Amino acid sequence: MKRSKFLLSMLAFGYAFMYVPLFCVIGFSFNGSKFVTTWSHFSFKWYHTLAQNRIMLDATLNSLKIACCTATVSVVLGALAAIAIVRFKRFSGKSFFIGMIAAPLIMPDVVTGLSLLLLFIGMNNLFGWPGEHGSMTVTIAHITLSLSYVTAIIQSRLAEIDSSIEEAALDLGATPTKVFFVITIPAISSAIISGWVLSFVLSFDDVVLASFVSGPQSTTLPMVVFSSIRMGLSPQINALTTIIIGVLTVCVAIAGYIIYHSSKRIPQKSKGEGKHWRSLV
Amino acid sequence: MLPKKIKIDVRKFHFKGSSIVVGIPYLWLLVFFLCPCLILLKISFANSALQVPPYSAIFKWLDDNIAQLTFNVANYRLLFTDELYVRTFLTSTVIAAGSALACLLIGYPMAYAIVRSGRKTRMIMLMLVVLPFWTSFLMRVYAWVMLLAPTGVINNILLYLGVIDHPLKLMGNYCAVIIGIVYTYLPFMVLPVYSSLEKIDKSIIEAAQDLGCAPTKVFFSVVAPLSMRGVATGIFLVFMPAIGEYVMPEILGDPSTVTIGRIVWNEFFTNLSWPVASALSVIMIIFVAIPVTLWHSGRQSRLNKRAGQV
Amino acid sequence: MAAKSRHLNKIEPWHDPEERPYVYIENLTKDYDGSIAVDEVTLSVYRGELFSLLGRSGCGKSTLLRMLAGFEIPSSGRIYIDGIDMSGIPPHRRPVSMVFQSYALFPHMNVEQNVAFGLKQEKLPKSQINERVNDVLELVQMLDFKKRKPHQLSGGQRQRIALARSLVKRPKLLLLDEPLAALDKKLREKTQLELVNIQEEVGITFIMVSHDQEEAMTMASRIGIMADGRIIQVGTPTEIYEYPNSKYVSNFVGTINMFEGVVMEEEENYAVVRSSVLDEINIMVEHSTSAAIGAHVSIAIRPEKVVISKRPPKDRNYNCVKGIVQDIVYLGDVSIYHVELANGRIVYSTATNLFRIAERPIQWDDEVYLYWLPENSILLTA
Repeated sequence: MKRSKFLLSMLAFGYAFMYVPLFCVIGFSFNGSKFVTTWSHFSFKWYHTLAQNRIMLDATLNSLKIACCTATVSVVLGALAAIAIVRFKRFSGKSFFIGMIAAPLIMPDVVTGLSLLLLFIGMNNLFGWPGEHGSMTVTIAHITLSLSYVTAIIQSRLAEIDSSIEEAALDLGATPTKVFFVITIPAISSAIISGWVLSFVLSFDDVVLASFVSGPQSTTLPMVVFSSIRMGLSPQINALTTIIIGVLTVCVAIAGYIIYHSSKRIPQKSKGEGKHWRSLV
Repeated sequence: MLPKKIKIDVRKFHFKGSSIVVGIPYLWLLVFFLCPCLILLKISFANSALQVPPYSAIFKWLDDNIAQLTFNVANYRLLFTDELYVRTFLTSTVIAAGSALACLLIGYPMAYAIVRSGRKTRMIMLMLVVLPFWTSFLMRVYAWVMLLAPTGVINNILLYLGVIDHPLKLMGNYCAVIIGIVYTYLPFMVLPVYSSLEKIDKSIIEAAQDLGCAPTKVFFSVVAPLSMRGVATGIFLVFMPAIGEYVMPEILGDPSTVTIGRIVWNEFFTNLSWPVASALSVIMIIFVAIPVTLWHSGRQSRLNKRAGQV
Repeated sequence: MAAKSRHLNKIEPWHDPEERPYVYIENLTKDYDGSIAVDEVTLSVYRGELFSLLGRSGCGKSTLLRMLAGFEIPSSGRIYIDGIDMSGIPPHRRPVSMVFQSYALFPHMNVEQNVAFGLKQEKLPKSQINERVNDVLELVQMLDFKKRKPHQLSGGQRQRIALARSLVKRPKLLLLDEPLAALDKKLREKTQLELVNIQEEVGITFIMVSHDQEEAMTMASRIGIMADGRIIQVGTPTEIYEYPNSKYVSNFVGTINMFEGVVMEEEENYAVVRSSVLDEINIMVEHSTSAAIGAHVSIAIRPEKVVISKRPPKDRNYNCVKGIVQDIVYLGDVSIYHVELANGRIVYSTATNLFRIAERPIQWDDEVYLYWLPENSILLTA
């Protein structure tokens, strides 16, 4: 097809806009100077400093823990919710349920965070639970948020699956519970994996909800980064960004390799990403 | 306070597999989504008070049988009359609309260029659009701080080249906030536009050319109208989260770029004015929920219409 | 033309009042919030039959099938299979197996796992499962494809696996939901006969849903014609084709010439009908249902039973009309003549092409006589 110069230059501009800032961050992470943006010499100095930053390390560990819990629980809840929405013809309050599931998608984080904090305070006054705010409250908040995304992803995958394969399994004598574990779960496994990854990233990335509902004992990595950025530029953040981008690149490469090799065997199974995006709308 | 016993209609739960499947996520949402919203609504009608928690009760037992409900709408009145809040709403809307427009201007040509490229490169190009989305959101904001700060990369380069002799103030204005939002939400524009462009049958474009339409005209009279749904989705996906954005104006803006997200935060944490923060949140929920409901019902009726045609 | 199942224990058990139906459906109704999908259907299917439910899409045939399988719960009425009432029995406990229109093969399992799935639910020993899987795969000639995944098979192969997966359970009743609809025409014709042969070999009762009348005619021992949730006629393919009981059935199965008229005379086994569209001549119709003198009726006659000729018939028994050839549709083996009568009505006549086209005796605009025997036409009151 004919290529217009205008379109190509817009494309180049778009990619430059997206990637130049990130490359700047990566480049200056190897800067030996203590002024972040003034280049002096190549050095791994800031990586050493980062490795000795206890606050940062603890926060990272805490964030990883919260993200894993969030992803796992929201995948389970999301799968149940998706099945309820797609497969159950009607139950009392179904449209209300669908509305509640989708709402956190569009609610501003600040509002979700504030409302959950008020809930925790109220519950604590009434039942003495959850006590001091910490990883637990942050995890609950993150699950509530990512449940919407996970449900949307699994729901769209489930709707694509011909429901007659479940009927066929019933027809062949499998009990409903068995059908769920042997037929339904494997059929939506790809959506479950992408849902898990997405909610992990959402949780690992969130600063607003965590700032509202976490306590003094439980600081997440984004909270540390946020307060550091508020103070100004810090070469340690450059180093951290570089590490995260590195890990991400490796993950994407592995995923790409797997997808590429499985797509060789299965011809028309791709474009999952695009479809999932569509389902979020 | 909350009712002491939450009544659950037991007859509706058959205690079979199916009720567990619905019940668990349902319960979760009732407790962690609906309850918080109701509490928010309740506190928004209370008075600020110097006590713990810092608001007055709206529900009081005067006697054994008589209860008193006090609704205080002063918080809401304040929000619509005080110039500070009105300006905040305006600022937020301007920033969100500006971001959506900028995303469209950058994202549409990108999506169009991707659609027009070869089948294999398309997937890679799309992946490159999505990839930065997976890196931490804060770090993407940080990247722009590095570029725009008074001692940032751009100022350093310009100083070095002698274009300027003292640093420009690139940060702390609407523009910087919009750049940050565009940078973060660009994939939300590119992907829906791409998918709507991709669905356009190539033969339609060829038919238009065949009927004597010049390339630019083909774009404006055929391609653009057919991709409107993607554009609408994209604008929606950028505008909605941008309106409640907190982090971006906090870091890239200055104290004067006050958005709704920031003011909720400040009222709650700094001024300890829970009722005002709650009222602001309630208004924000309504502000966001109305277009979403309209959007959803529009989409539903379109789907129904389409189903009717088949 | 029909390769009907010869496996029935008796020839035509439905004529034997002593014979107990194997599947008995009694006053079955399915009501979806006021729209009635299946309306008071009563039907008997006998052991070893290949019964076909034939009807346009939306006539309720699939709903009926899904009620037999247990996926839909009837609003009222009962289903008995081998004398056992099926109400309240969930799909996974019914002695019934279904072949889905989409085949519904499990995409994440290979052919062998798909076929073995049903037997595993019965907790049979492994060796037995293997044996039965191999046997059934041999029956459908798919033994070499054991390790393939469904997406690596062609449409016809998937259809066979779906069939094998159901057959291996040795159900009392096999339900087939448009089993051949996804195949192309050539393959469909070949598979029709294969399916009939397999059915004869295993001796399982089949109930098949179809919207393709040719398919039903080829395969079924009996056909039930459905419209608007009701069964309109049940009969062997020959009965349905030659003795339709209503205008709907006669129009639905094959093409037919239909003339409205009034009964003038009524004798014991024939009636005389005067039809305004047939030039007000008297038509003799052999009939079994009685129609009173003066009643408005329809006479139906299949195009292939209408003889077309340039000369009038010698035998006065024939009903005869005169017209002009307006169009000839050449189909290779036969030609369909569109003959316009003096009053403008078109009558169709099908004739075998005994001669090559150039030597055809009847040409456009020829004046021709159309005639048929009274016993070949049908008197329809409904």
